[in-house]
Amino acid sequence: MSIIVFTENRGGKLKKSSFEAISYAMNIAENTSKPVVAVSVGELGDDELSALAKYGAAKIVSVNDPAWKSNDSQAYTKLMAEIAEKENADTFIFSHSNEGKAIAPRLAVKLKAGLITNITGVPANFSPLTIKRKTYNGSAFQLMKIKADKAVLTINPNSCDVVEKPVDVNIEKFSPSVAGDGATKVENVDVVTGKILLTEAPIVVSGGRGLKSGDNWGMIEQLGEVLGAGLACSRPVSDEGWRSHEEHVGQTGKIIAPDLYIAVGISGAIQHIGGVSGAKVLVAIDKDKEAPIFKYADYGIIGDAFEVVPRLIESLQKFKA
Amino acid sequence: MKILVCLGNVPDTTTKIRFDGEMKNLATEGVQWVINPWDELALTRALEIKEGSGGKIEKVSVVNVGKADAEPTIRKALAIGADDAYRIDADPSDAYFIAAQIAEVVKNNNFEIIFAGKESSDFNGSAVGSMLAEFLDIPSVSAVSAFDFPDGKVVLKRDIDGGKETIGIDTPFVTIVQKGISINPRIPAMRGIMMARTKPINVSQPVAVDTLVEYETFELPEAKAECKMVDPENTDALVDLLHNEAKVI
Ligand SMILES: Cc1cc2nc3c(=O)[nH]c(=O)nc-3n(C[C@H](O)[C@H](O)[C@H](O)COP(=O)(O)OP(=O)(O)OC[C@H]3O[C@@H](n4cnc5c(N)ncnc54)[C@H](O)[C@@H]3O)c2cc1C
Repeated sequence: MSIIVFTENRGGKLKKSSFEAISYAMNIAENTSKPVVAVSVGELGDDELSALAKYGAAKIVSVNDPAWKSNDSQAYTKLMAEIAEKENADTFIFSHSNEGKAIAPRLAVKLKAGLITNITGVPANFSPLTIKRKTYNGSAFQLMKIKADKAVLTINPNSCDVVEKPVDVNIEKFSPSVAGDGATKVENVDVVTGKILLTEAPIVVSGGRGLKSGDNWGMIEQLGEVLGAGLACSRPVSDEGWRSHEEHVGQTGKIIAPDLYIAVGISGAIQHIGGVSGAKVLVAIDKDKEAPIFKYADYGIIGDAFEVVPRLIESLQKFKA
Repeated sequence: MKILVCLGNVPDTTTKIRFDGEMKNLATEGVQWVINPWDELALTRALEIKEGSGGKIEKVSVVNVGKADAEPTIRKALAIGADDAYRIDADPSDAYFIAAQIAEVVKNNNFEIIFAGKESSDFNGSAVGSMLAEFLDIPSVSAVSAFDFPDGKVVLKRDIDGGKETIGIDTPFVTIVQKGISINPRIPAMRGIMMARTKPINVSQPVAVDTLVEYETFELPEAKAECKMVDPENTDALVDLLHNEAKVI
């Protein structure tokens, strides 16, 4: 039996979450003596694919075919089932990302596998597979056990370590028998490239209604720039159109787990915290000392953002220099 | 054409999360139960589409897998404007079970467009909609933030990394929706509440399904250490803490 990891890429590069998924698989592999097979769909060069071997993927199955650009979850499920049979796999690892969430549940039904989603830590037990997952928007965790003889797992980005375990590179070019273009027809793509992907960013700077207007975001962008951070905002900020919906984090927006989250002028409503409670370190800057955000923060500054943020940028520039 | 909207019955999003003594079940005393926020937005959009379809969409139904105590939530959906409801009389134990039950309702009643939310706001599973589509062997589109129906043709927008994709799709399919699908949920009006009383809720018994996963216990996150306050005049101190203590920069 083997473990299959579904990897994801963007702009010709593997996503960091794919390496996390490989490391997650390696942890199970070492405890169950199963080989790890990485699956890549997309136009990636061998150099880029080889990176997967650095983290322990003994084999890389690459589907590099323009017909497989549709992202049709039904077709991808059939593809994964075909590779599963070929590789004799019983464990399947995805990222808990848009793509992973679209395919993993379908695959679980198709293979009659137990599904555990929203995973935040390594297994508590390997036989039967028992894993902790996040629930109630980060207000609780839940242990779940696989009863079926196959398992499909989705791992939260930024919540499991990436560990180097180099093995020889073994890339297999694979032409699936199933068709890649399913019933969904992509008519238009509108992507902002080059920007740091919020769900993968190790540092995120976020602004709330306390900043009063979208015109005041210059200092937030500048703070983001010195830190090489992704940018986020609270819901009212995107609802007001001050910032793009892409940046909205929280229960109804993106769920993120960066190493460092800096909240500026965000009061810390439970629905906001639901999206950022996975952050390892939370810094809050708010002028109201009673703001609930300070209950969740590791470091806090009580003060006017319009004075504190420019000062913090200066301190960081000094530190970086 | 008929639309079916999946309806989760969940604790209000501000509920204080506590568990019973053995950490096996949510302590439900005093909990307010509501329509899962994404399902409420999905229902709102489904009704708008029906109203603007010039009769192409005949009906919007809702479906819930739950015991009789979920009926107030179902009635609220009827009051918002759903035409009728289906309830499968069983505990919504896990996503696989729920999806299998809803699949029966779809098959027996020929729904062609099915809406599900991106996750339930309590369990955060993100699985029912996609599982349902696989049970039915039909396409599913996830992370959908816009649903348009010009000239009886479906056009969806879905979120991809750092942007959006516009997608055309033929029925039948499952759409798994999130933020943006509609902005504010519809609020039931008095007339809607009166009418909801007489709208049918079709109750049926569950089909047997294998158990593929099992829940053990819940855990609460570790208590957070006290927030360390830094003097607003001394941002150098914060940089120092982030570098030397937290080691994140
Ligand atoms: C079903 C549901 C889902 C929701 N989902 C989300 C979600 O996903 N994400 C989300 O963010 N919210 C969500 N909300 C909304 C949430 O309840 C809050 O309303 C929202 O998070 C508040 O945003 P905020 O912190 O930016 O604004 P506010 O609560 O208005 O806070 C602004 C803060 O800025 C501070 N401030 C003001 N001026 C200054 C200054 N000059 N310097 C420093 N600080 C200053 C104030 O002291 C205050 O603490 C949801 C609500 C519901 C009901």
